Amino acid sequence: MAGNFVSTTNPCRMCRPLGACLAFRGIEDSMVLLHGSQGCSTYMRRYISSHFREPVDIASSSLSEKSAVYGGAESLKRGVKNVVDRYSPRVLGIATTCLTETIGDDVELIIGELLRDEPALREVEIIPVSTPSYSGGHYNGFHDSCVALISRLAQGGPRGDGVNLFPGFLSPADIRHLKDVMDGFGLSAVIIPDISETLDGGIVDSYRRIPAGGTPLEAVRRTGTAAFSLEFSAATPGRQSAALLLKESFSVPAERLPAPIGISYSDRFFQAVSRRAGRPVPEHFARQRERLLDAMVDAHKYLSGKRAAVYGDPDFVLGLSSFLADVGVVPAVIASGGGGREFISELELACAHLEDPPEILTYTDFGEIARAAAASGVDLLVGTSKGNHIARELQVPLMRAGFPIHDRIGGQRMLHVGYAGAMALLDLLTNTIIAGAQDELGYGYSYM
Amino acid sequence: MPSSEKKIEKHRQLRDSIIDSYPAKVGKRRSRHLVVKGEGDEQVEANAKTIPGIITTRGCAFAGCKGVVLGPIKDAVNLVHGPVGCSYYSWLTRRNFARPGESGKNYLQYCVTTDMQEGDIVFGGEKKLMQAIREVKEALDPEAIIVSATCPVGLIGDDIASVAREAEAELGVKVFSANCEGYKGVSQSVGHHIACNALMENVVGSEEPEETTPFDVNIFGEYNIGGDLWNITPLLEKIGYRVLSTYTGDASIHDLARAPRAKLNVLMCHRSINYAAQMFWDRYQLPWLKVNYVGVDETARSLREMARFFEDDGLMARTEEVIAEELERVRSQLDHYRGRLAGRRVMLFVGGSRAHHFQHLCEDLGMEVVLAGYEFAHRDDYEGRQVLSGMSRSSLSKVVQDISYELESGFEPAFSEEELGRKGAALEGSLLDYEGMNAHMKEGALIVDDLNHHETEVLVRELRPDVFCSGIKDKYVVEKMGVPSRQLHSYDYSGPYTGFEGALTFARDMEMAVYTPTTRFMAPPWKKEAPDGDA
Ligand code: SF4
Ligand code: SF4
Repeated sequence: MAGNFVSTTNPCRMCRPLGACLAFRGIEDSMVLLHGSQGCSTYMRRYISSHFREPVDIASSSLSEKSAVYGGAESLKRGVKNVVDRYSPRVLGIATTCLTETIGDDVELIIGELLRDEPALREVEIIPVSTPSYSGGHYNGFHDSCVALISRLAQGGPRGDGVNLFPGFLSPADIRHLKDVMDGFGLSAVIIPDISETLDGGIVDSYRRIPAGGTPLEAVRRTGTAAFSLEFSAATPGRQSAALLLKESFSVPAERLPAPIGISYSDRFFQAVSRRAGRPVPEHFARQRERLLDAMVDAHKYLSGKRAAVYGDPDFVLGLSSFLADVGVVPAVIASGGGGREFISELELACAHLEDPPEILTYTDFGEIARAAAASGVDLLVGTSKGNHIARELQVPLMRAGFPIHDRIGGQRMLHVGYAGAMALLDLLTNTIIAGAQDELGYGYSYM
Repeated sequence: MPSSEKKIEKHRQLRDSIIDSYPAKVGKRRSRHLVVKGEGDEQVEANAKTIPGIITTRGCAFAGCKGVVLGPIKDAVNLVHGPVGCSYYSWLTRRNFARPGESGKNYLQYCVTTDMQEGDIVFGGEKKLMQAIREVKEALDPEAIIVSATCPVGLIGDDIASVAREAEAELGVKVFSANCEGYKGVSQSVGHHIACNALMENVVGSEEPEETTPFDVNIFGEYNIGGDLWNITPLLEKIGYRVLSTYTGDASIHDLARAPRAKLNVLMCHRSINYAAQMFWDRYQLPWLKVNYVGVDETARSLREMARFFEDDGLMARTEEVIAEELERVRSQLDHYRGRLAGRRVMLFVGGSRAHHFQHLCEDLGMEVVLAGYEFAHRDDYEGRQVLSGMSRSSLSKVVQDISYELESGFEPAFSEEELGRKGAALEGSLLDYEGMNAHMKEGALIVDDLNHHETEVLVRELRPDVFCSGIKDKYVVEKMGVPSRQLHSYDYSGPYTGFEGALTFARDMEMAVYTPTTRFMAPPWKKEAPDGDA
């Protein structure tokens, strides 16, 4: 689907239900079941595990050829019963797959029947999400699930002073940092979903089938009474916005921002929190910003004028592009397997000050990215592990960021957001470029 | 009670407690998949449908067909007809290595898909598929294009076989297809069968080798994961064999086409490729011999059996020389590792053949296998091929057709019936047969088919193995429980593990797992009972 081609060569996105699996993983005591053939669950489990290096349980209704023809209602009901029996979740997400979307199974209806026959299951919040992979990608599935969670669970009530934060798909380290920021402001924030512990846990005394952590069910219910919501979804269409849904349903004021990656977007984020909460930016974070400025000055001689091709999920790539522009690297090629109007217009804003406008590729694949990067003569790539082949072909370094990173360790612990995140990215970026230059030296090692 | 009986009893009790923890119906079904060696009735129910909602490690027909068997063919492009995910997730994930061959072509780095969109689902995807095939031909110019179907394709009724035929006529490149929709069958296993059929019908026998040698062999069921094949081929070549083709690690489509002219098929993974082996036997009277190049003793045994098949004195002598040389090379290091690993206990849950293959290697190192099981095997992989005659053709036959071939007319088999009879006798029944995994297992060991998450957890907790060998989906669960785990699908990005050299690599990795320094730090000092004393 890239360029003039109808086929996709080396895709730059994963399928929609995978995003649902990630999002539900950030809800406390939850499980997810994919309604479809078991292959989809198996593939997604292995993929998510390869990045996070954590156990990832995803159930399946394991449809067979018979149910593929006559519908999967019976398999789905049995699947739900067995998962609840084995895992005792409080929340159970049910995401559809290409197969069950093609058959046209009505999951709401099937679950309705099941709850009638098995009243005990009503203890569990069962949340269906429609995630056909033949439209959209994993990032859509992630947002779909947040919207489904809110539309099912959020309740109204007298306005409190809580804050809702919808971060989108960031790393567990990012979520931990965002918590620190909100704590620093003295705000009581609910982060939905919160994968900070569930996808980056430690070794503990006793193994738990559903890992500890995640947004508590009660906290999700309370989102309707919050003072305001923030959502990092500037590159996402409004219909996929949980914050907007809360605004419509319960009049919770909503502000949609780009993910706070790089100094410009972090400024917008800290500014927004400070303004809405009526509290100054805590000293601790102001100091981080000072140090970041210092580091940017130090690094500039290595970065200035370098050209990068950057790719990944729309919201994440928007942030990375802005970060690159902040530090003097030209995001010459900006690419995503998704895209859309919001993505493009935000990028144009972010890059308005650049002399040569970037080439923006939406709904693209690595075949296309490779061509564009070669034509534009980039100095490095920034994005997931999946660009490693292009990097080798072009003989430029690849700075790994995003999902999936499966050929390096620590993708789940990478910090991107806030001033601290910008600092971490800056060091990584600069060192990647220095290492590349050192490797190319014809005369041995040198200070650079 | 002798110790083996005690162990049998203990493991029976453990098994029964797992079964009792299930709802009655599920428990009854699972009880037929958990067996204790030595308890009498060791029939293992295998290849049964997975229970919805019970988390399994199994994949789908597409994974078995495209992912396992067809994917490694290096100079063909695998074009996946379906939505984006299935293709993405099978992109290089199996670590099949390949070097470009004569044609200089290697497409394993590519993941090409029709990336079906809503419109294709509603109005059909045949036109898009046709166009995608043209694009592949134009952009990549491979030696063949293989179209695999994913779940939605069968439902919307796209006729991929006729699109492939049309494309082949139009483009002048070999194009064929496999209807391996993921919902078919109960696991990836049915996909292996579909792939074998596709190769037999479209590729095998369509080309002739430039020349033949008296010792031409094909290596079947070896996918060159982590470079396994590249430890085997040099050994065989040193002895005097020529490897005509490999099914399908590092394979060229042309070599696969020329394979019928070999004299012997040696079979590594019985599960995935036995269909093709059987069809080669029927169609070309080309016999197969089950070998195992995992483990030092097993590699030596396999090489000796091959030599015995060829009844050639020179070959036998070379075989002994090479074995002696190799053993000499690895002996001292092997002794070192044996000293470090002897008595350690392992669980092996992997694949459809590896749980058997790796038992030998573990035993070479003095380790004890307390549990072994397969993810997607059939009864014959456990109990041996003699069960096949007694088994009714299960519902599988509706999913995938068994092609039965007659001896191809005009084809001159390499050996006469009489010669083959003599060779079979010399090999004492191992030609054209596989005795299965169970025969090899020790009394009291557990045999578990399609081990699920819940059972993994209970068994690891109760039996506390020193290493748990499985795949990525189990690895992190087990490690959270404080037991080291090695992946035997991807080799944890290590390997190769075959042959004499590979045994050392495996031994090193096992040692690494058992002696990880992290274990020393599990309990923080403030949680240890007595204070350290140096305060
Ligand atoms: S089960 Fe179907 S949809 Fe899922 S991965 Fe396999 S072929 Fe694709
Ligand atoms: S069938 Fe659809 S949901 Fe399943 S793996 Fe493929 S693209 Fe994803």
